[in-house]
Amino acid sequence: MEQVIFYIFAIIIVVMAIASVTSRKILRAVIYLLMSLLGIAALYFMMQYNFLGAVQMAVYAGGIIILFIFAVLLVHQIEGKLEEPSTGRKIGMAALSLFGLGITLVTIYSHKFTVVEASKDFDVKDIGRGLLGTGEGGFILPFEVISIILLAAMIGSIIIAKGQKKEVKK
Amino acid sequence: MIENVSIYELLTLTTILFFIGLYGFLTRKNLITMLMAIELLLNTSVINFVVINKYLYPDVLQGVYFSIFIIAVAAAETALAISIIINLYRLRTSVDITETETMKY
Amino acid sequence: MDFSYTIFILIIPIAMFLLLGFFYNKIKPAISGWIGVAGLTAVAGMSYYTAYQYFFNIPKVDGKFQTFFGFKMNWMNFTDTLRIDMGILLDPISIMMMVVVSTISLMVHIYSRGYMHGDRGYTKFFAFLALFTFSMMGLVVATNLFQIYIFWELVGVSSFLLIGYYYEKPSAVAAAKKAFIVTRFADLGFLIGILLMGYYGGSYDFMELNNPEGFNTILENAPQKFMGISVITTALVLMFMGGAGKSAMFPLHIWLPDAMEGPTPVSALIHAATMVVAGVYLVARMFPMFHFFDDGFALHVVAWVGAISSLFAAIIALTQTDIKRVLAFSTMSQIGYMMLALGVSKYDGHEGLGYMASMWHLFTHAMFKALLFLAAGSVIHAVHSNYLKDMGGLRKYMPITNITFLIAALSISGFPLTAGFFSKDEILVAAFEHNKPIYFITLFIAGLTAFYMFRLYFGIFWGKKKDYEHAPHESPWSMTIPLMFLAFMSIASGYLPFSEWVTADHEAIHGHIGLFSNLGVIHWDMAAIAIVTGLLGIAIAWFFYKKPTDYPAKISAAFGRFYKWTYNKFYIDEVYMFITHKIIFKRISTPFAWFDKKVVDGTMEGIGNRTVDFSKLIKGVQSGKVQDYAFAFVGGVFVLVLIVLYML
Repeated sequence: MEQVIFYIFAIIIVVMAIASVTSRKILRAVIYLLMSLLGIAALYFMMQYNFLGAVQMAVYAGGIIILFIFAVLLVHQIEGKLEEPSTGRKIGMAALSLFGLGITLVTIYSHKFTVVEASKDFDVKDIGRGLLGTGEGGFILPFEVISIILLAAMIGSIIIAKGQKKEVKK
Repeated sequence: MIENVSIYELLTLTTILFFIGLYGFLTRKNLITMLMAIELLLNTSVINFVVINKYLYPDVLQGVYFSIFIIAVAAAETALAISIIINLYRLRTSVDITETETMKY
Repeated sequence: MDFSYTIFILIIPIAMFLLLGFFYNKIKPAISGWIGVAGLTAVAGMSYYTAYQYFFNIPKVDGKFQTFFGFKMNWMNFTDTLRIDMGILLDPISIMMMVVVSTISLMVHIYSRGYMHGDRGYTKFFAFLALFTFSMMGLVVATNLFQIYIFWELVGVSSFLLIGYYYEKPSAVAAAKKAFIVTRFADLGFLIGILLMGYYGGSYDFMELNNPEGFNTILENAPQKFMGISVITTALVLMFMGGAGKSAMFPLHIWLPDAMEGPTPVSALIHAATMVVAGVYLVARMFPMFHFFDDGFALHVVAWVGAISSLFAAIIALTQTDIKRVLAFSTMSQIGYMMLALGVSKYDGHEGLGYMASMWHLFTHAMFKALLFLAAGSVIHAVHSNYLKDMGGLRKYMPITNITFLIAALSISGFPLTAGFFSKDEILVAAFEHNKPIYFITLFIAGLTAFYMFRLYFGIFWGKKKDYEHAPHESPWSMTIPLMFLAFMSIASGYLPFSEWVTADHEAIHGHIGLFSNLGVIHWDMAAIAIVTGLLGIAIAWFFYKKPTDYPAKISAAFGRFYKWTYNKFYIDEVYMFITHKIIFKRISTPFAWFDKKVVDGTMEGIGNRTVDFSKLIKGVQSGKVQDYAFAFVGGVFVLVLIVLYML
């Protein structure tokens, strides 16, 4: 049963991803991306990483996609069709991608993965303790670093996007 | 682990997504759509971390933590990229990639 | 006797050259003239002192004069056998040449102070004269073949600079180029000769080469025969080719008439008295080798080339109208005399009469030829023209020039009691004793010489008075004093006991000793024939030219086409032009030039152009497009992965 659901979600993700990169209307591309990301969140839920799935939906679907839509609005690109790349380019890049795909798949399939059965379930409490834990296996340092990164990104983007101040003539 | 779904199928899925994202990045002309393809790439790596964690090391949560970090970084990077695109739009009134080709021979 | 002061004979002129050359903007012209005269006076003084010490005060060994080295230094060593030394060799002929060069150079310096007065490049002129003096002195005191070659080329350079002194005249520039190129071409033979000589003879040093005891070992080491003559003789003939070029022997004489484009003091110094005798000096320096190998085959070449050149030049001089050109051909003729005297000479004792006569004639010729040129310069300075047709009756205006020119003309014609009489007589005796055909040619040339010289004399100083725009006046003292001194030497140098001093084997030729006893031991029968021939030439010239007559015109009409050929110098210049333009330039130079331009330049430029093309091809890598960079990045990663996974 899970297999069928997994395949449905997988197909949704892939189709939406392809649509996103090939769509000629920008807003539609953004929405297709949103669908793709939601599909990925579903995968997380299937793997019983509920917190991660929620984070995925909140940050990506709720934050980043909105950001994209606002960006599209700000650059006045919301109407009009996007240019299609030349056929040669398409074929070339597709060839590269397929080539890479082939190599990677061959490498993956030739490796023996030793799958281990899960022994216990996790919930948010464990994730929280791990993320802020100071002892063995704690991730407090990366956590603080991430917060600094986010602060820097915020300040940076404000300054970059602020633009020149208009001189007020008296 | 997901029942009856082997790790290979998941890894195949992520690989396909990765290369779709790569194709999108190399093919697109509009800066915003290129950024979207980058998001797809980053997402794929997140799935990879989670899958490996779930299937090969189910007793620990390092993969999940790392995924959270990746998501945070991706968000920050997207925000900055959007602001740069806005700035570029102010200078060039266009978000075509061809406007950024001045550092060449 | 310590002769190391002789190094100053070389240092003073080159120091003058450097001083005048570097500071010529800052030195006033008058000062540079005095610097030149002062320096040359010092050099001449040292030369006379050396000659006095050498010939009078130093005892002879076995009745022979010894060779001394004033200075010897090993300059460059290539291998054991290939060495270039520098040094000062003092033996009879080099000291004699030192005296000649310094005296004539001093006279020319004094004269130039007057002649070149007011000229814009006055200081430059004296600088070049100093350079020439240095080069010529270095040539005559050379200890080995390489040194003489180096100074040989330096003399050629000085000659080039001085001929082309009036550099704004295209004819002067062309003449300078011609002189340099012709002598350079001759020097090619000289260089090959030097190298052959050094290789097969075993040494480049004159002392080692000319040692008669070593000749047999040289013959054993160099037995190669080329068409019946040994390698050494070939080397000697090639070296003579170099000497023939420098001394304007037929057929390398074409530069000498054109060299008269230079100022007259230059013609006097270089092209009459000193540089053109460098070839004679070379043969004299190498005389033992010339004499010994292949029974003196090389000497036969020397003698006949000298005789032919002498005759050739004398015939052409009969018809020339530019007075300097007459004098140039006369010089060529007299040098031919010197060459043929060397050519008929043998080595030991009295047999070496030709050698002595040649050197004596070199000395006397330097005196009277320089005098003739300087007097001609005086005349040209007065009438502002080189041509006979613009002159006449000048004896009233220029008495000193008249008398001195007359003395020189008498001397060159072999008039009794002048220096030229003595030296020419010795040449005739030497020729008579060894080679009768050459004797008759020489005698005939003596008559021709007298004739054309007096044609010139009467044409300039007698004849009907011309209407001059401004009356010519006698030259200033700076110009006439050298004339007077040289006139004195044109007579007095006949009374020097040359046979006691300068001979082939350094032993005196007795029977010609003592001052004034030269008169006592002249072969009066030979002398009588010579005197008669000379007087005959003078008489014919008197008859034709003293008063204007139409005999010359009639005779030249009678000779018709031959006269025309002679007037055009037998068209040798045209032959050379034909050979160089039509044959060498068209057939040889043009293909080489094509090869150089298309193949060599093409390759070099082609390498450059292909590099540029290639770089244009690959500059596209730096396209500025992020997607291209990403493509390359990703593609490269995949290729590396493939390599690492599957091939390693």
